Amino acid sequence: MYALNKVDKHFPGVHALKAVDFQVGRGEIVGLVGENGAGKSTLMKIIYGAYQPDGGSITIDGTTMRFQNPRQAMNHGIGMVFQEQSLITNLTVMENIFLGYEQQFVKFGIVDWRAMAKAARHQLTKVKLDVDPAAVTSQLSFAQRQLVELAKVLTLEERIDGDLVILLDEPTSVLAKEEVELLFQLVRDLAKRASFIFVSHRIDEVLELSDRIYVMKDGAVVDVVTRDEADVDDIQHKMVGREIDKEYYREQKQAPYAADAPLIRFDNVSVDNRYRDISFDLHRGEVLCLVGTEGSGREAILRTIFGLETPTSGAVTIKGEQVTRFTAMAGVARGVGYVPRERKVEGIVNGMNVFENMTLSQLNKYSDLGVLRVGDEKEMAKDWVDRLAIKTPDIRKDCGGLSGGNQQKVVLAKWRSGGSDIILLDHPTRGLDIGAKEDVYEMVREMNDAGVGIVLVADTLEEAIGLSHTIIVIKDGEFQKRFDGTPGAKPSLYDLVHHMI
Amino acid sequence: MTDISAQTEALGGLLTRDRIVRWAPVLVLVALVLLFPFFEFLADLVEGKEHVYLLDSRFFSIRNGARIGIAATPALMVAVGATFIIIMGSIDLSMEGTISVCAVLFAFAFLGWGGTLASWAWLAIPLALVVGALLGFVNGMIHVRLKIPSFMASLAMGFVGTGLALLLTGGDRLRVEDELFRSLLTVRWLNFPIMCYVALAFLLLAWFIQSHTALGRNFYAVGGGEQLAQSSGLNVARVRIMGFTLAGIFFAVGALLAVGRIGIAETATGNNFMFVSITAVVVGGTALWGGIGGVWNTLVGVLIVNVINNGMVVIGLPPYVQDGVLGTLVILAVALSTNRKSVTFVK
Repeated sequence: MYALNKVDKHFPGVHALKAVDFQVGRGEIVGLVGENGAGKSTLMKIIYGAYQPDGGSITIDGTTMRFQNPRQAMNHGIGMVFQEQSLITNLTVMENIFLGYEQQFVKFGIVDWRAMAKAARHQLTKVKLDVDPAAVTSQLSFAQRQLVELAKVLTLEERIDGDLVILLDEPTSVLAKEEVELLFQLVRDLAKRASFIFVSHRIDEVLELSDRIYVMKDGAVVDVVTRDEADVDDIQHKMVGREIDKEYYREQKQAPYAADAPLIRFDNVSVDNRYRDISFDLHRGEVLCLVGTEGSGREAILRTIFGLETPTSGAVTIKGEQVTRFTAMAGVARGVGYVPRERKVEGIVNGMNVFENMTLSQLNKYSDLGVLRVGDEKEMAKDWVDRLAIKTPDIRKDCGGLSGGNQQKVVLAKWRSGGSDIILLDHPTRGLDIGAKEDVYEMVREMNDAGVGIVLVADTLEEAIGLSHTIIVIKDGEFQKRFDGTPGAKPSLYDLVHHMI
Repeated sequence: MTDISAQTEALGGLLTRDRIVRWAPVLVLVALVLLFPFFEFLADLVEGKEHVYLLDSRFFSIRNGARIGIAATPALMVAVGATFIIIMGSIDLSMEGTISVCAVLFAFAFLGWGGTLASWAWLAIPLALVVGALLGFVNGMIHVRLKIPSFMASLAMGFVGTGLALLLTGGDRLRVEDELFRSLLTVRWLNFPIMCYVALAFLLLAWFIQSHTALGRNFYAVGGGEQLAQSSGLNVARVRIMGFTLAGIFFAVGALLAVGRIGIAETATGNNFMFVSITAVVVGGTALWGGIGGVWNTLVGVLIVNVINNGMVVIGLPPYVQDGVLGTLVILAVALSTNRKSVTFVK
């Protein structure tokens, strides 16, 4: 019924989807699994109309379609239930359900609330949710909101002719076990009215619900299995199976770390609703990688080290001193440098030039009584531009105009020049091309040689394995397993995935 | 940083959108300066009088230049203070109240302590600056500690200031007639009164703060990326409070020059400064969302506003047209400098 034929999608430097074939039959529940970065979300965005494919075609019942935006896709029966819930919490349930389609209830410019409530109640019975349509959405539980979202998508049933395809993006991630059961039951019932595409990183759930499962890796569909022949181990292997190139991650340069006096010691540290009872040591010259799925708590641990989150229990010791003040300022003073994932938001200041960005965290080192020594700043910046081979025509150039890789180097230079010896890297290679990635890996090894300890949240599992001395796997905020990453004894992707999901 | 003076690139480059936007204020100023004499030229042509363009212009003369200078200096100081705040991405609307309080307290102290600069009464000048700093500090504390949006906190503080000034004077006017103090206006070097040079000195000081101090750099960092500034270990709250304090000092300087210009301190001394100074900052090309602009932009902006005011008087347009023209100019300036492709929603 619904089909993608050889769909291709390119982004600058990335071939995100490679000739993907994808079909959904009437009343079918199709599963979609893959690692982070495998192309799941790009595929979903093409399906619900947020992206347009560069090549290939989309057909519904054999007719070729081209959607310019999600609204057009919706008008052809394709609805999306978002992972990050898309309801506006200060509006009522019924307003949310009919957001953008209120016109049907308007007479002479006045909204007939009673008619809207009635229609909303009709939608809510489809998802077996018994709430007052006039209730404000923020009063509902997460699970209830999920169902409202589903009800909102199901309004398509009345609005359009033809079949419905509903995308569910990680719908279970915020639900409790029994709520998941209810949702699955509901989806099975609704399969009479609509087809579903179910995206999740929990393979057991996908297996339980789906009739057929698409496995994606590196932007391509590597396998399609039916429920009867599916096997969890087999799917996991297909999701990750790949030989690791040792050269690429500079494994030959991986030297043992100094096992004495740790830089950071986490002793049963917890932050409410983020992670519980995490313990580890970070040593000089070590790369410690936190591995887990999105939302597993790895970012929160980085933020705690830097001082942006305050632990609710447990002790954090940095360089032998127990930390009592959790602020970014104190973190910087302790020698912690944070290279965030969102370079544009948290990494570099757009509009400030290269040397201004580098000295931002250490202005008191480059000033006397508040008056800047711009000459010294420039000298330092020139030095680091050479050392890290930052490609910029001039240190006066606006950082916003540099390439992603060079921006990343500026951020690293900022911390390294300031003498930080604990560096937190959050997805340091996200959005970089291959050459720039290799530059980052090279810098990681150089920093290790200089006695810097690094806590890494890697962009891919290969990267985590290739770079790390130590890997800690976290799932749902809890410690799962510690792996040793000495070259030659590195864990396999499969070992990690097994504990992650 | 993109202040107009810091252009190191050769002008021969392409006329990019960025460059046009950056230089637009200067072009507008030059165009205005040439436009008003043209109107005069036309008027005389119609009446059949002899008129050499520019040379015979009443507008384009040193005497009128000094007039514009005198009118512009207090507003320049106020606008410079506001520039720092706007670079941080905040806004300060407290200037009218702050100016009135500073002017009135200055006059009380000055008259009470001897009434002439040659006595201890000169201490009234530092007093006024301290009062300005204090008001700015309170303003910043309210904004940062109580987490009240800066426009609301400062607007409210402005009203408090105006009320306080009225309470102090009871509606009276205080005359400051000391010849030494009034020499700000009366003594001229090279046709321009001393107050213009005082303002120039403070403008240079402001430029120094903007480009050669850690504080100035931090203003740009907070305006360009507050989250990042914080995660680089900056104490953003402290930077903000210091920004408002600094602005308060510049407002006080503006108050002193305003008193020097007319020789009277009263509650109404602060009137009209809010619209003029914010207009000047924005027209000069400092971005309302922060991070871009500087005191040279503000100088150009203040001159544009005052040239328009003065020129419209010279060619004989009624004063109420002026506000309309200025308002239109603000909208034009902001519309020109906003990149609508990258901004989806505006609140």
